[in-house]
Amino acid sequence: MKIAVLSGKGGTGKTLVSVNLAAVAEVSTYIDCDVEEPNGYLFFKPEDVEQEEISVQIPVVDQDRCRGCRDCVEFCNFNALAYTSDRLVIFDDVCHSCGGCVLVCPYDALQEEEKPIGRVERGVSEDVNVCTGILNTGEASGIPIINNLLDQETRGETLIDCPPGSACIVMESIAGADYCILVAEPTVFGVHNLDMVHELVELYNKPHGVVLNKCIGDDNPAEAYCRDQGIDILAKIPFDEKLGQINSNGRIAAREDDDFRQIFADLLHRVKGAGR
Amino acid sequence: MKQLLILSGKGGTGKTTITSAFIKLGEAKASADCDVDAPNLHLVMDQLTEPERADYYGLPVAEINQNLCRRCGKCQEHCRFDAIKDGDGQYRINAFACEGCGVCEYVCPQKAISLRPAVAGELMLYNNDMVFSTARLKMGSGTSGMLVSEVKKRLKDAASADLAIIDGSPGIGCPVIASLSGVDMVLIVAEPSLSGISDMERILETAAQFKTKAAICVNKADTNPENTERILAFCRERDLPFVGKIPFDQNAVKAINNGQSIVDIDCPAGRAVDDVFNNTMDILVYEELK
Repeated sequence: MKIAVLSGKGGTGKTLVSVNLAAVAEVSTYIDCDVEEPNGYLFFKPEDVEQEEISVQIPVVDQDRCRGCRDCVEFCNFNALAYTSDRLVIFDDVCHSCGGCVLVCPYDALQEEEKPIGRVERGVSEDVNVCTGILNTGEASGIPIINNLLDQETRGETLIDCPPGSACIVMESIAGADYCILVAEPTVFGVHNLDMVHELVELYNKPHGVVLNKCIGDDNPAEAYCRDQGIDILAKIPFDEKLGQINSNGRIAAREDDDFRQIFADLLHRVKGAGR
Repeated sequence: MKQLLILSGKGGTGKTTITSAFIKLGEAKASADCDVDAPNLHLVMDQLTEPERADYYGLPVAEINQNLCRRCGKCQEHCRFDAIKDGDGQYRINAFACEGCGVCEYVCPQKAISLRPAVAGELMLYNNDMVFSTARLKMGSGTSGMLVSEVKKRLKDAASADLAIIDGSPGIGCPVIASLSGVDMVLIVAEPSLSGISDMERILETAAQFKTKAAICVNKADTNPENTERILAFCRERDLPFVGKIPFDQNAVKAINNGQSIVDIDCPAGRAVDDVFNNTMDILVYEELK
């Protein structure tokens, strides 16, 4: 079963939930799609790590062949090419790698070249296959890395740790999921962003439920929202100093504390039942 | 106009909470929310009247005229974004995957494909005694960087203030890069966890690539004093300005849930943010004098 964990707002506990669920499953694959700020590997500290470089296609110009017709410049909707001082200039960082400029060039002056934008690391931590996408700093889009991560054979339960937000990058991450866990924190910020991702999973018709994290006191706007909208509340994780300590030190609560192990085992059981 | 941008790399470290406090403390007459993916700053802004709203058009989206299509499949073959699917006897465009490059339109021998303008979000400009520019990206859209640039342009056009405080988005990718452009300084809100430290290092590296000056503060500093100390040591080692520690404070959650900023109430976090603000402004002004 493929379970995507998302939240809209950052820092609500997506990585906490997905890492610990992967840890309590008998056999599992953890996929970190938050390629801009991947954190899951800090917890798993995987061994036998293999790296794969991820590249995109970027045009390069043969200045001797270029006659300055500017067809490519006109064609590019991303303004990634300009013709100045009798030379064609290419701006790699805004290129979307559509290949259009190469197609339209009448003089075969453009060719494509691989440009690395990041890497995927695959390793093992106990019974968890740990897959991490890492975008190079300064690069704009990690979508090719996410596609590589999602387009692979997985073993056991698959946990997909999504990036924050509800833009295209999140849609890519949940497209193939069987079930979506929405993680929310008890603030009006949390509710506002929960509402956004809720809309997203409804649009995709994905079975889903909410994990309320950092629960403290009785006042929980996120819980009120779920009751109001009739969304399944899968678990309530208390605001807990011990859990905070374990987590902030990059350790896995379910691997070192029976109570926390039980919370996440129950959650996994519940999700597997609901996704069936 | 001096522009201060608040970033964190990791989400949920307290960017918006600190931004709203800074706006109050600096009596800023200009502010913006560049987290167009999950905007929240408007929830804690005072006395907002109705904004001027405008549709945001991102890149166009391809459309197939089924009457002209002869099903040759060239469009699908050339699309790099996997946005054209063959199903039910028709080629269809997945508008969420389409990036509007125009390759399909170019290769179609039947001229059956055209690019149509598409609304990708909404811009909102609140223009009272202070100017506040914000936006919301339409779900699933992919041009958040362009929308961020538009939010900042609208702020610049409308405001003539000395100081602008800008809330950023998490991550290091396209919206963050767009928000960095033209700002005078970045305040990084770090969190004393291994994740927070790793993400702080990546956002600092990104800011440095775009040659933007950065200062660092730690939020929820007392939740892990050892890690807070590691962040301090990191700053000393790299000669990066450290502007203060803010304690974890339950009052902060209460203030936010009441639509207030943490400096509207008397609480430990609010007092600490006051110091962080003064230290940050010292650097921003000192840089100006240099």
